Amino acid sequence: MGGSMKAPEKEILGTKMNHRHRPKITALVVDDNMVIRAIHHRLLKDLGIENQVAVNGKEAVDVHSSGQYFDLILMDMDMPVMNGIEATRKLRAMGIHSTIAGVSSRSLEREKQEFMEAGLDDYHEKPLTADKIVSILHKISNHSG
Amino acid sequence: MEVGQMQRRLLEYTKSLFMEGVLDNQFLQLQQLQDESNPDFVAEVVSLFFADSERLLNDLTRALDQPTIDFKMVDSHVHQLKGSSSSIGAERIKNACVAFRNFCEEQNIEGCMSCLQQVKQEYCLVKNKLETLFRMEQQIVAAGGSIPMMELSF
Repeated sequence: MGGSMKAPEKEILGTKMNHRHRPKITALVVDDNMVIRAIHHRLLKDLGIENQVAVNGKEAVDVHSSGQYFDLILMDMDMPVMNGIEATRKLRAMGIHSTIAGVSSRSLEREKQEFMEAGLDDYHEKPLTADKIVSILHKISNHSG
Repeated sequence: MEVGQMQRRLLEYTKSLFMEGVLDNQFLQLQQLQDESNPDFVAEVVSLFFADSERLLNDLTRALDQPTIDFKMVDSHVHQLKGSSSSIGAERIKNACVAFRNFCEEQNIEGCMSCLQQVKQEYCLVKNKLETLFRMEQQIVAAGGSIPMMELSF
């Protein structure tokens, strides 16, 4: 006994991730909460996804302005300096075609709608789990190119 | 006490925390992320949570002590606390934060003060319980045993 049980999806995905012909997926975790950043960073790493963190929307935009690109962006809604809605709009206006998944603890339909309309590909309520991330990843593989 | 007994005690204790609503399924999700390459993940995240929460609770106390209360700022602190407590599975703190935010929206000072006390109490409870849990885990490891994982089957 002892050690954690890895969900079957994780292992299958892990194998897919490490396949010779498939480059590693990269991700950016954008959240002002350090506990959540630590958890999402680990969740992604555990699934074989290289990832960086940004503490607000402005940092997320700046890191793209410096020329970096990520397959997946996990974007929190409520952040100081620049929130997720504004950051998503800016990134899309910059021509960034990454899969952007909004992550929020807000549950009002109106707020979710506004966030989606800013340019999200997906939306999930916090906290994220391995299953939710797996379902987001399927959206990346559905985007061709 | 032998290792098997300690392991059973740990599982019973963890189960009781779920039954009391102190922890929810999200805590199990965190445990799933802990493995040989990251054996202290849960303890590390929980430490982050303790440090972050204590800072937020101090900020909240100060904010509610002002002659003119900035409810937007109070709400933003509570929002942070709600986010991090829900991310580690601290269900009762999260629920207390929900009530707190409602009072912020109404700009109800008394309601906010009462909620702050409630949140502080729930935080102390979770902190004590988790510290006990980690101590029990350390005792098992020190005795050469491994930490059993709990399945949420009830």
